[in-house]
Amino acid sequence: MKYLQNSTLKFFPEKCTGCGRCTEVCPHAVFEMSDKKAVMKHKDKCMECGACAKNCAFGAISVNSGVGCAAAVITGMLRGTEPVCGCDSSSGCC
Amino acid sequence: MDKQFQPVTGGNKSMLLKSPAAACCGPAQKIDDSIFRQDFVTGTFINEQVTFPVAATLLTRKDRWNHVKARTGSFRNNFTVVPGLYAVGNPSSNSDVFVSANYGMSFNYLREALHGMNAWILVLDTKGINVWCAAGKGTFGTAEVVNRIRLSGVEKVVKHRKIIVPQLGAPGVDAAEVQKQTGFRVMYGPVLAKDIKAYVAAGYKATGEMRIIKFGVIDRLVLTPMEINPAMKKYPQFALAVLVIFGLTPEGIIFKNAFYDGMPFLLGGLFAVLTGAFMTPMLLPFVPFRSFALKGLLTGLAVFVPLSFSMADVFQYSELTQLAFVLLFTAFTSYFAVQFTGATTFTHLSGVKKELKYALPIYIVTAVLSAFLILYDRVGGMI
Ligand code: SF4
Ligand code: SF4
Repeated sequence: MKYLQNSTLKFFPEKCTGCGRCTEVCPHAVFEMSDKKAVMKHKDKCMECGACAKNCAFGAISVNSGVGCAAAVITGMLRGTEPVCGCDSSSGCC
Repeated sequence: MDKQFQPVTGGNKSMLLKSPAAACCGPAQKIDDSIFRQDFVTGTFINEQVTFPVAATLLTRKDRWNHVKARTGSFRNNFTVVPGLYAVGNPSSNSDVFVSANYGMSFNYLREALHGMNAWILVLDTKGINVWCAAGKGTFGTAEVVNRIRLSGVEKVVKHRKIIVPQLGAPGVDAAEVQKQTGFRVMYGPVLAKDIKAYVAAGYKATGEMRIIKFGVIDRLVLTPMEINPAMKKYPQFALAVLVIFGLTPEGIIFKNAFYDGMPFLLGGLFAVLTGAFMTPMLLPFVPFRSFALKGLLTGLAVFVPLSFSMADVFQYSELTQLAFVLLFTAFTSYFAVQFTGATTFTHLSGVKKELKYALPIYIVTAVLSAFLILYDRVGGMI
């Protein structure tokens, strides 16, 4: 299953050292290793979890991460703030 | 609290002090003993004069019942484990350290997966939230990993310098930073705890399969209660609104007929919850469109157009009210379908924002419009 294609994932190959961390953490196999470098193979599968960017020690990846949670976005829109995830309330968030 | 002793697994019986009380007062460690008084603690384990609780690796019926309760939302918010270091089996200074969240279900799946192994579990304080959610919020994060490594005494207990963090915790943990601050190298384990044995057996290597989050029909099914429940909590308000609208007459609100006349809408609300929060998630891969709002729109139309004709027949609704019925409940279904993005494992924030930017105003306008249509149809005719 794939979602909308507007993921904010960005990859800067020139900074990549080929450490392979991104392939270890991504739950959708967006990155693959080829020739000792990462390749952003399946951008449309990215869910913006942020694991790759957080764990790439060389700043080769950037993404606006956040849980794609509608309840959070709606609360945010109504209050005019950033999405507020109500995981500790009874909402079915996450 | 009554304490259950479970059969001790592995060959560690000689190492156990059967009474947790005997463990709590040792001079070596000043902890409050709540960590030992948890149901799953089968005994204690002493290492370097420090006493650790031993966690059972077989889940009891009560554990499984707790999972059902947590899934359906009846006790999601206090299903917690005391943070700290736990022993599994008969661990040594070479045994692996597995990191977990202090949400009961995350921890239970991990200890069950470690059955028959000798290992340590380092439970972080994630405020009772599961690994994935807590990682997203940052409570399962670099700072807490570093903090818990220091507080738990794991540095003294093991000789090696590596910890195995669940892959789904990676959005919160900066592996390089943890290593810089503590010396512990972070290795990311598989997505699912049940693959841990295979991961360890393969020399701490996860196959590509093990690294991917799947979202099969069972995964979707177990998530639907947490969609249906909150939706149903709002049902009484909705029902009241329906009764008011259908009770409205030029002479004021008369509830006598409202119940009968409004019946299709009262039922429609329930159908919309089922269609949006249950049927759409179950049929997710088969409903066209990537957008959840559109998916919900489709299933909503598929259910409510035919339904509106039978309702109109039985309750002698005019076309206007019939139209309101279809509009309102299709919008509801779409709304509930978008809500499900919070539970899926492949939607992202930018997409949800984009969907809602268009959909939320449409939902609101549709709801207001439907109410007007019904009112116009009923009261307008009477005046
Ligand atoms: S984590 Fe960063 S440096 Fe390492 S392979 Fe991926 S992109 Fe390259
Ligand atoms: S943000 Fe998450 S899903 Fe997207 S590429 Fe990075 S790790 Fe993969």
